Amino acid sequence: MTAPDPTTPAVFTDAAALTDVGLDGHADGWELVVGLEVHVELATATKLFCGCANEFGQEPNTNVCPVCLGLPGALPVLNELVVEYALRVGEAFHFHVPAQSVFARKNYFYPDMPKNFQTSQYDEPICLDGHLHVDGVRIAITRAHMEEDTGKTTHVGGGGRIHDADFSLVDYNRAGVPLLEIVSEPDIRSSEQAKAYASELRATLEAIGVSDVKMEEGSMRVDANVSVRRRDTAEFGTRTETKNVNSIRSLGRAIEYERARQIEVLEAGGRVVQETRHWNENDGQTHSMRSKEEAYDYRYFPEPDLVPVAPTPEMRAAVRAAMPELPAARRDRLVGAWAITERDAAALLGTPGLADFAEAAVSALGARGGSARDIVNWVNGEIAGHLNETGSSPAALPLTPGGLAELVGLVASGTISRNQAKDVLGEALLHGARPEQIVADRGLAQVSDESALGLVIDGILVANADAVAEYRAGDDKARKKKRGFFMGEAMKALAGQGNPQVLNRLLDQKLEGNG
Amino acid sequence: MSGSPTASERDTDLTSRSAAGLAAAVRSGEVSAREVVDAHLARIEALDGSVHAFLHVTADVARARADALDAQRRSDGPESLPPLAGVPVAVKDVLCTRGVPTTCGSRILEGWRPPYDATVVSRLEASGAIALGKANMDEFAMGSSTENSAFGPTRNPWDLGRVPGGSSGGSAAAVAAGFAPLALGTDTGGSIRQPAALCGVVGVKPTYGRVSRYGVVAFASSLDQVGPFARTVEDAALLLEAVWGHDPADSTSIPTPCEPILPGLQRGVAGLRVGVVRELTEVDGIQPEVSAALEQAVKLLEQAGATVDTVSVPSAVYGLPAYYLIAPAEASSNLARFDGIRYGLRIVPGDPGSANAAAMNGATRHAGFGAEVKRRIMLGTYALSAGYYDAYYGQAQRVRTLIIRDFDRAYKHFDVLLSPTTPTTAFALGDKVEDPLAMYLSDVCTIPTNLAGAAAMSIPAGLDGSGLPIGVQVLAPGLGEAVMFRVARALELGFGFGAMAARGGPA
Amino acid sequence: MSELTREQVRHVAKLARLDLSDDELDRFTGQLAGILDHAARVSALDTEGVPPTAHPFPMVNVLRPDVPRPSLDRAEVLACAPDAQDGRFRVPRILEDEA
Repeated sequence: MTAPDPTTPAVFTDAAALTDVGLDGHADGWELVVGLEVHVELATATKLFCGCANEFGQEPNTNVCPVCLGLPGALPVLNELVVEYALRVGEAFHFHVPAQSVFARKNYFYPDMPKNFQTSQYDEPICLDGHLHVDGVRIAITRAHMEEDTGKTTHVGGGGRIHDADFSLVDYNRAGVPLLEIVSEPDIRSSEQAKAYASELRATLEAIGVSDVKMEEGSMRVDANVSVRRRDTAEFGTRTETKNVNSIRSLGRAIEYERARQIEVLEAGGRVVQETRHWNENDGQTHSMRSKEEAYDYRYFPEPDLVPVAPTPEMRAAVRAAMPELPAARRDRLVGAWAITERDAAALLGTPGLADFAEAAVSALGARGGSARDIVNWVNGEIAGHLNETGSSPAALPLTPGGLAELVGLVASGTISRNQAKDVLGEALLHGARPEQIVADRGLAQVSDESALGLVIDGILVANADAVAEYRAGDDKARKKKRGFFMGEAMKALAGQGNPQVLNRLLDQKLEGNG
Repeated sequence: MSGSPTASERDTDLTSRSAAGLAAAVRSGEVSAREVVDAHLARIEALDGSVHAFLHVTADVARARADALDAQRRSDGPESLPPLAGVPVAVKDVLCTRGVPTTCGSRILEGWRPPYDATVVSRLEASGAIALGKANMDEFAMGSSTENSAFGPTRNPWDLGRVPGGSSGGSAAAVAAGFAPLALGTDTGGSIRQPAALCGVVGVKPTYGRVSRYGVVAFASSLDQVGPFARTVEDAALLLEAVWGHDPADSTSIPTPCEPILPGLQRGVAGLRVGVVRELTEVDGIQPEVSAALEQAVKLLEQAGATVDTVSVPSAVYGLPAYYLIAPAEASSNLARFDGIRYGLRIVPGDPGSANAAAMNGATRHAGFGAEVKRRIMLGTYALSAGYYDAYYGQAQRVRTLIIRDFDRAYKHFDVLLSPTTPTTAFALGDKVEDPLAMYLSDVCTIPTNLAGAAAMSIPAGLDGSGLPIGVQVLAPGLGEAVMFRVARALELGFGFGAMAARGGPA
Repeated sequence: MSELTREQVRHVAKLARLDLSDDELDRFTGQLAGILDHAARVSALDTEGVPPTAHPFPMVNVLRPDVPRPSLDRAEVLACAPDAQDGRFRVPRILEDEA
């Protein structure tokens, strides 16, 4: 256990201080410095060094073999797809890929690590010196390297908290799952920028197909190294590493919390302790996990059971040739082709799978009528809202892209109104029926036939002759009111299914005409 | 066979035959595989109480395997039998055997039955050879006398008061005592060749990467290599050819095809250039009879038409110190997995209610490892720790490069090299237990080959004044097994030891 | 090379997760110092510009296809364990600063 540092408040409680010290990073004389360490689980069929299945959610200790259990005598053999994925990442983020990279053993004891060393890369990683742009700012990426994941421990008793537990249970299904660790330089200066970096990273990793990048399930894990310094100083402040951030939004909150906490510590004359902190989503605070004051001695040395990886020109050319369109290029293309805003395009790419869904829906529009913009409005509106509420993913929706195209077509042809379309979409999102089917089943189709609607209006005008007279004698305000009344009566008579455009036109003709 | 020998005469005959001879006899139907196995098991039963070559004898499995091979011969004919059908073999307890206890001579693995077979064990079975059991060894292959076994030492069949060498002392003793004509061992710094020399048998350390390490409990991953023991050079080649070759489960396994040994074995050494390595011959404390045996080896080779000269491999003298940095460093990491969680021993100190995982790890490793293993874990942890890596491990790996370069230079002028296998013949039990460094020095001639990743073998070269075997070492460049065996075969003919070794032992 | 102290040996034992008795600490301090003294001879060699050898036979790109293979039977795996529960390996409580 770590002795509490007397200069650090045990818990930072003054949430109001968040606003007192200012959020924009300029007003208060403090500068925020952030670097992000991102671990992504790679979407392979098998683990990094053995043929065990790389699957989430299996029965404990069923995806294990001598290699990933670290049984005496077992030896690792590198998964070729992991190397290919690492090279794709190299391309996507403009990394330098050295002629040779090697695996190393990182030695420390922990029950979730079967060999009590982690096979990782140390001084010769596969990718060096990359970068990406967020909102026009270049963020340098120090390195990306391949390594194996650990098993999972469950703490039993003591409310599931590690140090109060009676004992722990270990499942090694995740042990040996391939990870890519992507480490940025401390180039990030605001929580917004950190979120944008993480979003762009996630969208890019998704686009190149190397991971399903689900932060909630832990297939993308973002740790934030946060420090603050006075604006006029050149050297960095002492940093903390915050773990357990489960969404992009939480990343922003955790960084803001850490920033305010550190400033409060420093302004009170204390010092920031270099340590690992744990973000708690419920109380919105970070909590000290362990002190890094005593540096760990990992005794790295080259893994003697593996040989170096030396990407050949052929391997690199094959990866380059197969590179898909990256988010930045895709954003530009969608803005141009669909006449949507940058903001709309960014929103589409900000949620995994959403842009794919929209593109599939647009290509399903065909001759139905309706525009790509209509599709994007629904996708970024109702559908994104639904995903947010339910935590589902676009691919898992009961509504297919073809279904959305149908819906847009129904509105464009005037068959249903936009309000009706909202109801239909709500039902399609819940139960998966096709919009055309829902419209048919509920008899929702609009009445647009002019002679039928004309008869209904005639009937209303005759039955409300007084109102007609008042309309004709009234001023603009009175006329508007009466007109609304006639429209309402007509809709009532038509059970809401009258085509409002046609009704409006007919009403104008009949009130202004000889009638 | 004429007349009708008694059962025990018959057993003695079978247990003194070569593997090649036994395989031929089983194939021809002269004896059944079951008779061969029973004869060897009877000898183990009678004599292993005093030798202690085996930690675990798998008599029932071996008999069942023999019966199955005999049945196969009856039903499918002798041609259907694999090459080593019916030949007994002892397997060092460092090799994983599915469902059969595998302890590495350590308390920490007592009772562990691996859920898988080492690649060499699968290949052994495919060759028709029949494993009789698991051979004793220094704990985790760390030692040169087999006194570091947690289950008691093995004794040298030539003199039960002396050590058989190590770490593969059980394998060497089993072959010398006639418990099996063949055995598998591992050699990290001399652990096959040194006990082979001390027990008067043939022992081969193949090129690193030539034999799969999958399922071999690791000591020092970049040095470990599996190899055969036998009483004849031909038998050693038979066993090596049965288990070697590329294995996709071992990333360090060499993919190039193996040049067969047996076809050229009898070609002789005329025209070969043999270099006697000065640094491995002029070592401190070398026994005069060992030097004399080496001189005789030189004469024999010259008589057989080879040219012999001395050669210097200057950096070889740094082999021992480099080894005692590299091997413990890798071992400290390889042995970290023995923590009382997934297999093997667990000791929970104090009150179980207040126990924690770290304390359990520490107590388990304290109780489960013997003194030599602890020493090397400590040494290796220290050599890798912050601030020392470059001076120790890093420097040792650079020295390794120099040793490889020096050997490369020597092999520009010579086809094979020659040296003693060990500076002395077998020493008495207990002699060096309290002096680790003295024990380490018995591997001074063998270690450079491991660092270079090359091949070398020890062959018997007569007896010293006390009647103890002397070994001579033939060294070859990486993948040079075929020429190395040719030279070994020529020396075997010259020394005439094929008959001698079979005569030996406490029969 | 520096002198090896008892405290250093104790620290190394902690890194190696190895409990040592006082007697072992004393004995190992002396023995390790002797062995390290011998091993330190490697520093006598001039290795300026000499690359380290990690593998005697240089090979690169030893890779396997991303094709699943059968895993072990869980009962067989857990049968080896000193303690298991609910299909998992059971361990005493883990202290936070263990890693």
